[in-house]
Amino acid sequence: MSKNVPEVTRRRSATGLLALAALLGVGAALVYAAQATLSSYVVTLLALMFLNIALAVSLTVTNGFAGLFSLGHPAFMTIGGYIAAVLTYPPARKDFMLPDLPAVLLTNQIPLLPALLAGGIIAAILAFLVGLPVLRLKGHYLAVATLGLIVIVQGLATNWSGLTRGGSGLNGIPRLTDIWWCFGFAALAIYVALRLKFSSLGRAMMATRENAMAAELSGVSTYRVRMLAFVIGAFFAAVAGGLMVHLITVVTPKTYSVVLAFNLIAMVVIGGSGSVFGAVLAAIALTGISEAARPLEESLNLYGLSQVIVALALILVLFFRPNGIMGGAEPRLLRRLF
Amino acid sequence: MSGPSVIQASNLTRRFGGLVAVEDYSLDLRERELVGLIGPNGAGKTTAFNLLTGITKLSSGRIVIAGEDMTGRAPNRLAQRGVARTFQNIRLFADLSVLENIMCGGHMRYGSSFFPTILQLPSFRRAEAKIARQARDIAELTDLAAIADRRAGDLSYGDQRRVEIARALAGEPRALLLDEPAAGLNPAETETLVGLIGKINTDLKVAVLVVEHDMHLVMGLCQRIQVLNRGKLIADGTPAEVQSSPAVIEAYLGTRRSAKTHA
Ligand SMILES: Nc1ncnc2c1ncn2[C@@H]1O[C@H](COP(=O)(O)OP(=O)(O)OP(=O)(O)O)[C@@H](O)[C@H]1O
Ligand SMILES: [Mg+2]
Repeated sequence: MSKNVPEVTRRRSATGLLALAALLGVGAALVYAAQATLSSYVVTLLALMFLNIALAVSLTVTNGFAGLFSLGHPAFMTIGGYIAAVLTYPPARKDFMLPDLPAVLLTNQIPLLPALLAGGIIAAILAFLVGLPVLRLKGHYLAVATLGLIVIVQGLATNWSGLTRGGSGLNGIPRLTDIWWCFGFAALAIYVALRLKFSSLGRAMMATRENAMAAELSGVSTYRVRMLAFVIGAFFAAVAGGLMVHLITVVTPKTYSVVLAFNLIAMVVIGGSGSVFGAVLAAIALTGISEAARPLEESLNLYGLSQVIVALALILVLFFRPNGIMGGAEPRLLRRLF
Repeated sequence: MSGPSVIQASNLTRRFGGLVAVEDYSLDLRERELVGLIGPNGAGKTTAFNLLTGITKLSSGRIVIAGEDMTGRAPNRLAQRGVARTFQNIRLFADLSVLENIMCGGHMRYGSSFFPTILQLPSFRRAEAKIARQARDIAELTDLAAIADRRAGDLSYGDQRRVEIARALAGEPRALLLDEPAAGLNPAETETLVGLIGKINTDLKVAVLVVEHDMHLVMGLCQRIQVLNRGKLIADGTPAEVQSSPAVIEAYLGTRRSAKTHA
């Protein structure tokens, strides 16, 4: 056989690229239409939904593909949120909001994109450091460690006042994120996840999930593969956190808590662990449900109702469809494109 | 028959608390050799495999694979150096298809890393094409082509055993360790398996070490046989030599008459 890429593969990848561009175009047209016709409240809601999609999909890489049980997303989001916020904050406001910042941070302001990347990279490094010891251990140590990480990051955000303004958090963060950022980021997360899933590297992750010993003896370094899945999740979580604080314009140590970790895991499990499409559907559904429950919560004075609904949905799905809506699969259309 | 050594294991010992599961086990597996490892239940055969593949840590001993000292290295390093195996209690990637299982075996040889994968670099496309083509060839060889798209966890016992072998072959091993490959197979499946092991050994030029209770199979297939009893090697020779060894007869008749002595 020829050493180069076979003609068929190349042609297929060209049409695949066109189809992807078309899909992206349709999405963009919908976003454009939404922005033109819907209230700014609903548009913001849609933007949050896109961020939830990105979060659920990135957690699908970590927990779904590699079979890790990470609860760390809120911790990485907090880190990404604070870092991006501090970096984009106007120096004039930093003078009285965060007077104790180091001089470099106090006098400088950078655009959103590099600020997001900075948060993402620092979270990725932190995930790497946490993973070094923890990913060598078996089973659910990672769940405990990442739970601890949420507490530690919250503690840092509360007590490292010079950088974070303590428990009162940061408000008046410039509203630099809009629905386009969130749409683009969700698309990126989906793209990366699907590219991984339909690749040798992604299969190595899933092999590690299915049977770590057999994967190891097939020459897969389960440690490295898990590390990669964990770090990718952390990076996307932190960037999503950065985007989110520039959308809702505030961040406090408690903004991203264990409850959020639970909601994201519910999305991954309801969607079908390992199914990117399932995670997207579940993220849309749960965002919608929480929003629909809000007026009910207020009128009935039943705060926490949406949380109960999410938990119930999770239990029902686990009961009737233990493998989630999609199992581990993707719709045939997506499989053909990637 | 005495080509270069693929696996040179010397004086492997493993203790579990007070129990010595394997004691002073040595193996010199040469290129293109087909060696049997037999012994009564609990003799330490699987533990010996676990030591040879790095899953179980050695209490003492030394393992050299294709000339490189691999003592104490991670199992995936030993696999990369060319030792593949199957498991007595099958270990498949149950939720993946048969073909995907086989492709996983090829990852360590040809798989791309993260950025080439995400960016769809030409090197990635070539690698994926190579892995897929190789997996299809192996599926053909192992008679799995017709069920290549089935979920591995849904297959019959015999088919699952062949998937394990196929996955091992995708890593292009120098040596293949088979732990009771015929267990649970019917006579027809066993016959196919014997043919397959022969093909792997002669056509693919892979050295094979096989643990098997079916004496008929072992005696017919192997050029050399090692016998373990209570963790110790009590014989190492041709089938004829082993069968006439008093220590072996004693071990089999002395411990348990139920050991399937079809020979
Ligand atoms: N992880 C372990 N911890 C403690 N003891 C073990 C462990 N693994 C094996 N053993 C013991 O070591 C001895 C050898 O077991 P092993 O599984 O290697 O035997 P085997 O020859 O493969 O037997 P079989 O023919 O039944 O598969 C047994 O007594 C077993 O109980
Ligand atoms: Mg055994």
